[in-house]
Amino acid sequence: MFGLFETGFASFYWGNGVMLAVGATFLYLGIIKKMEPLLLVPIGFGVILINLPLGGLMECIVQGKVVEAYAIGGEPAGLLSRIFRYGLVWELIPALIFLGLGAMTDFGPVIANPKTLILGAGAQFGVYFAFFMALLLGSAFPDISIGFGEAASIGIIGGADGPTTIYLTNRLAPHLIGATAVAAYTYMAMVPIIQPPIIKALTTKEERAIYMKPQLRPVSRLEKTLFPVIGAIIIILLVPKSAPLIGMFMLGNLLKESGVTDRLADTAANAFINILTILLGISVGAFMSAGVFLKPESLLVFGLGIAAFAVSTFFGVMLAKFMNLFLKEKINPMIGAAGVSAVPMASRVVQKMGQEANPRNFLLMHAMGPNVAGVIGTATAAGIFLGMLG
Amino acid sequence: MAREIVEVPITGKIISVNVKPGDQVQEGDVICILESMKMENPILAPVDGTIGEVGVSAEQVVKPGETITVIEF
Repeated sequence: MFGLFETGFASFYWGNGVMLAVGATFLYLGIIKKMEPLLLVPIGFGVILINLPLGGLMECIVQGKVVEAYAIGGEPAGLLSRIFRYGLVWELIPALIFLGLGAMTDFGPVIANPKTLILGAGAQFGVYFAFFMALLLGSAFPDISIGFGEAASIGIIGGADGPTTIYLTNRLAPHLIGATAVAAYTYMAMVPIIQPPIIKALTTKEERAIYMKPQLRPVSRLEKTLFPVIGAIIIILLVPKSAPLIGMFMLGNLLKESGVTDRLADTAANAFINILTILLGISVGAFMSAGVFLKPESLLVFGLGIAAFAVSTFFGVMLAKFMNLFLKEKINPMIGAAGVSAVPMASRVVQKMGQEANPRNFLLMHAMGPNVAGVIGTATAAGIFLGMLG
Repeated sequence: MAREIVEVPITGKIISVNVKPGDQVQEGDVICILESMKMENPILAPVDGTIGEVGVSAEQVVKPGETITVIEF
């Protein structure tokens, strides 16, 4: 029988209203403020869709009965629950996005200046800081359920890498996937707001004005082709659990640099990653129903996530300053802040601040070194967590 | 009179040129906008002075080391 009780209004409650406002905010930030629009627009619309009751988008069948919310042990029966299960739970989408990211990445600055690999690793300290902070808070507030898996999933936000965060959370704390994914992408979009005050607090104007010659040495095609092959072998042997992310990342980069698979590299870097981004965005949004998202754990994720990100920036800059104690030709310590993996936003921040301090400076390529090294660093940190906890 | 050569720092495409010969510039003024790595990067005047020759134009693809302009000061 068709009637008022079969419309969504009867099942709508205040939590849905809050989440509709959250979804609308994401759309506003993406469309009007141009903050990570490729992610925030599909995520925001997914949040809105999933908070309209009785739509059945995340339906699952549990023991022969249809339940509207996503059930981890159930059989997915809705459009978005199927995308979520086979795309995210099966770990296809985040790993394949890394294929596209690899095809978009230029390792030239890292190869020309391998010191930047150290900065990319240094910025991962924030990940472990937030991991231990989350564990401490979890033991201080037993009502908030924070174990090792949850702590690792929160900590990895500090690496500022969305697909890696989603990949790890799905493995270790799948109930937090909506919160960690949104926190990671939100903070990535907010890099130009979060990082400058931290960098300024840690450096003097003279340090920010340190001039670095704009031209790095030329990197040959052979070096660029060998880097992803040798890099994959070394990193995966060191941290085997990083194989899905690092393997796809390096394959994508090899497609780009080999010079003989331009069509595949073009597809991976454009159409393929665009399709995956749509599926990723709407799946993450679909996991943000009021019942799942409006919990104290989500607040903790956002609070510790930004702390992780700030601490990563702190360690990146401090490590660069430490390296300067031993270097004849000083590096501008701001490039350490680009060791978080938000590519290319973190590099852009360093470039802008470098020019403000010294108009002769052009730090973009120098910052891209730690920046892409940070992507490797965060994926490796995720592999370490998986090896320990997975 | 001293001269400072402003060179292209990175491969890219000139989006716009904001100065012409004879213009007075101050340190930090935008000389041109260089698009590289999908970013628009302003190239700034390193000193106060007068623009001499301008070696680039809008839409031109440029390589590191090419002269953008010479500033006399």
